[in-house]
Amino acid sequence: MDSGNTAWVLTSAALVMLMTPGLAFFYGGMVRSKSVLNMIMMSLGSMGVVGILWVLFGYSMAFGDDVGLGLLGDPLEYFGLNGLWSPDSLSGDIPTLAFVGFQAMFAIITVALISGAVADRIRFGPWLFFAGLWALVVYFPVAHWVFAFSDEESGVVGGWIANTLGAIDFAGGTAVHINAGAAALALALVLGRRRGWPQEPMRPHNLPMVVLGAALLWFGWFGFNAGSALAADGAAALVLVNTLVATGSAMLAWLLVERIRDKHATTLGAASGIVAGLVAITPAGSSVSPLGAIAVGLVSGALCALAVGLKYRFRYDDSLDVVGVHLVGGLVGTLLIGFFGDGSTPAGVDGLFFGGGLELLGVQAVGAIAVLAYSFVLSLLLALLVKAVVGLRVPPEAEDAGVDESEHAEGAYEFAGFAVSRVARQSGSAGTTTASTATTALTANPDSPAYEGSKQ
Amino acid sequence: MKLVTAIVKPATLDAIRTGLDRLGVLGMTVGEVRGYGRQKGHTEVYRGAGVSVDYVAKVRIDVLTETSVVDDVVATIVENARSGRIGDGKVWVTSVDSVVRVRTGERDSDAL
Repeated sequence: MDSGNTAWVLTSAALVMLMTPGLAFFYGGMVRSKSVLNMIMMSLGSMGVVGILWVLFGYSMAFGDDVGLGLLGDPLEYFGLNGLWSPDSLSGDIPTLAFVGFQAMFAIITVALISGAVADRIRFGPWLFFAGLWALVVYFPVAHWVFAFSDEESGVVGGWIANTLGAIDFAGGTAVHINAGAAALALALVLGRRRGWPQEPMRPHNLPMVVLGAALLWFGWFGFNAGSALAADGAAALVLVNTLVATGSAMLAWLLVERIRDKHATTLGAASGIVAGLVAITPAGSSVSPLGAIAVGLVSGALCALAVGLKYRFRYDDSLDVVGVHLVGGLVGTLLIGFFGDGSTPAGVDGLFFGGGLELLGVQAVGAIAVLAYSFVLSLLLALLVKAVVGLRVPPEAEDAGVDESEHAEGAYEFAGFAVSRVARQSGSAGTTTASTATTALTANPDSPAYEGSKQ
Repeated sequence: MKLVTAIVKPATLDAIRTGLDRLGVLGMTVGEVRGYGRQKGHTEVYRGAGVSVDYVAKVRIDVLTETSVVDDVVATIVENARSGRIGDGKVWVTSVDSVVRVRTGERDSDAL
């Protein structure tokens, strides 16, 4: 066991964990104030549901021995992570559980990414149901395809994209971003457009919160990408630098597109460009030079800035542009390896611009399209299933009033203190509460805001 | 001249404005208000403590019109504000003695 590598992977796991709350802020700031809590809750919900499923079946389905054709790991081999905590259990030269924990964070954030397409209108329970089903049916198998490398020594067989096809996806351009983007498109189509979209403006309610989220994402992404080296070495260092410069150049490219198209470089554009760059360098981090990373960022920032307009042309309501940023950015990064791949990098393959011919580009395209197609079709079926069994959308009046109120019985902000007039006596669910008079003795939690209000 | 005042659901404001534009209404005053009618409020919960929000967020629209078109204005507002569910709001009309446009000093009909 290598303690330095272990320390870096454990640290990276914590960095990647922070990305999901970061995503919650990023998405939360972009929606209207009546939906921000629901937006945050969808990310938090993923941390619960997917984290547990990962321990039960997920790791086993993704990294267990292949059951055939490189399509799926054995779901029961490591059920409940059985025995993996033994001191002898290593994944390379780090404890297996360090790798398990690190990869758990990837599964969690991939599911959380999807929620951006369904802002303002999805019920919380059905979202959790979809999240769990999607992790089991889509993410775990695809993670096996892309991330599970065969081990000749121990005879463990991995996934088809990583081994048979040999496509390069360093940290999840296909398994995370194309996967989540295709699923987001499918779920948004099944769910339908928001009431009033696209005629009504739906302005982001808190841009500083969006930037806070983007900053946490960028910070965590150093763990996501450089941690994927699974070692504290030169490869990790190159990936870290590439993650810095690709992101910066994507941000500038996005702003340039805005400056030309809309006359102004915007804060929301900067935050979006940051994420577009992070997405694109995710698969390419170990196969391009820093100059190549700048090129990848420039292309991704510009193309994603243009791609977010597609939803208006095709009339699908991908509310926060999961398709425009993650699907397009993931495709850009995955395919550009075929152009900018540099044989002197850790991945060691030459793309078209480095004399490598078209073969690598073809391999990358097959991997990307396979994940896109599988994710889209299966997500569509899962969304239709959840819709048929429990329903997906809140009623129209709840959507007008806001999903925070209807789904969570909360409001994010205190807009009008005088409107909160009485402490209510709970009688079962919040929806059927009967209000008592102001003179009712308080039985509530003394820490609660309601109690504070009643003392005045 | 009449003053038409409407208290409606916030989500209906756009449709109302579009309808009034078609009638040739040139301006309106809009405010975010809170109040209660038969809808009463809703209840929120914080760590198990229930909180009654008794005053529901609505939008108040004030439109000054000529008497000749007031019925059309009211009808347009009602038509666009109606969902058929509780809390759709109210519209009322009051007579106006005089109106002055501040910039020019024009009065009454010229000031509308």
